[in-house]
Amino acid sequence: MISVKDVSYTYMTGTPFEKVALKNISFDAADGEVLAITGHTGSGKSTLIQLVAGLIKLTSGTVEIDDLPVADKKNRRSVGIVFQYPEHQLFEETVERDIAFGPRNFGLSDAEISARVDEAMRQVGLDAGLKKSSPFELSGGQRRRVAIAGILALKPKYLILDEPTAGLDPLAKENLLREIFGDVKKSGVTIILVSHNMDDVARFANRVIVLAQGGILFVGTPRELFARDEILSRAGLEPPPVTKLLRTLGITSTALTPDEAEKIILRTFGHDK
Amino acid sequence: MIRAENLRHVYKSSAGDRVALDGVSFSINDGEFVAIIGTNGSGKSTLAKHFNALLLPTSGKIFVDGLDTSDEKNLWHVRQNVGMVFQNPDSEIVAAIVDDDVAFGLENLGIEPKKIRERVDLALDDVNMSDYKKFAPSKLSGGQKQRIAIAGVIAMRTKIIVFDEPTAMLDPQGRREILQMVKRLHAQGLTIIYITHFMEEAAQAQRVLVMESGRIVRDGTPREVFTDVREITRLGFDVPVAVQIANRLRRRGFKLPKKILTADELAEALQ
Repeated sequence: MISVKDVSYTYMTGTPFEKVALKNISFDAADGEVLAITGHTGSGKSTLIQLVAGLIKLTSGTVEIDDLPVADKKNRRSVGIVFQYPEHQLFEETVERDIAFGPRNFGLSDAEISARVDEAMRQVGLDAGLKKSSPFELSGGQRRRVAIAGILALKPKYLILDEPTAGLDPLAKENLLREIFGDVKKSGVTIILVSHNMDDVARFANRVIVLAQGGILFVGTPRELFARDEILSRAGLEPPPVTKLLRTLGITSTALTPDEAEKIILRTFGHDK
Repeated sequence: MIRAENLRHVYKSSAGDRVALDGVSFSINDGEFVAIIGTNGSGKSTLAKHFNALLLPTSGKIFVDGLDTSDEKNLWHVRQNVGMVFQNPDSEIVAAIVDDDVAFGLENLGIEPKKIRERVDLALDDVNMSDYKKFAPSKLSGGQKQRIAIAGVIAMRTKIIVFDEPTAMLDPQGRREILQMVKRLHAQGLTIIYITHFMEEAAQAQRVLVMESGRIVRDGTPREVFTDVREITRLGFDVPVAVQIANRLRRRGFKLPKKILTADELAEALQ
């Protein structure tokens, strides 16, 4: 479990550029859940995930992972973080070597490294035949998969994905989401998904945290969130397209999928078709 | 006006040639707002870079205002008529202060300082960023940076602006701001070419060109393109939610007009 308690963070304390990024943030992420974090640019999302991943030092409050402080040695390999546009960080000559880079630094045996590369490629739906290809010859969607596989090969217990589908075309995006929330999730990893896309949040998250101006504006299920238009508009977000459509039709119920929207519309308009 | 005639572009490398544009022909009239959609690798960005001669055709021709872009003596005129806005605002900003950044292109044209200041002020006003004139661009949000990049292009007074996925890296609020700005520039008479992965943004254009494997496979109004569910699905795009729901309701026996595109139209049909 990840447990965040009373975390505040200020950049450039004591200078004229002092900026409060987070104030009094507390939440838990249970093992095996998909927790979405959303909020518009500058709401504190990036700072929060970097604190949870132990990449910036806590100055106030605590972050515990499996009951030990995030900075504890035992937690060094617990959290994997995939940044936005992670394919910009690819650098090796072959896909295989790029994915193997992290595990190799862990000092694993060649056999173990090779097994991990195979498994990570399978999890993200990369064809094994691509192993010897240069990452730079691949399509945008494939490069993104290589970058994610590089993190999965470290076998983190907790995986943070920062806008994993940004910039991908709709088909590549849908395929990647299917891999992440299919095979990757089945491996038992806990996922923290940072996303602006309420459709993705509706489809995949168990719970969602909305950040605004460094504070938590809302914690609950996506369904609870999309029933509260005022929270969404305060956070500068939009409900998922299906819910937006229902609002235009004058229906106040909330739908997370086209199936649900269809049922609700049939119930509302079905009598006079 | 822009006219492409059997435009081909082949990227050559040691690993082999890759055909990015495979015989593209079309024309775009002055004052049009045209969206270009297509999957990654379909040739959209390669095409965009031909509009202001950042890339030249391997074969075929592209004309801006009747001028062949591959003729070197036309380069100056072409670049003065076609402005570009790219995906990542961080890679477009060159100066340490907002108004210097907007002035950058003008200074290179050798325009006198007083005129430059006027144009910069007007351009910043156009994108609602006058209050940020003396800010460091690094202190701005992604949407604000993108507006600064657009102001830089507006200040150049080009007749045509090409946007290559300008909202891909922005949050929903930033995306709304940019799209509003684009619509306003179009209303002022500029020709807009807008490349995007977001169907709801493409739906705001007057005309949509669909690219696949280096070719233009559809050319029509958003209504024609997006209500053709089978084709849109085959191409790997999202079908607009109102189109999806209207189809489901038709299967349930609802009598709805053909080609419903928006939620408003569905609401009207259901009343």
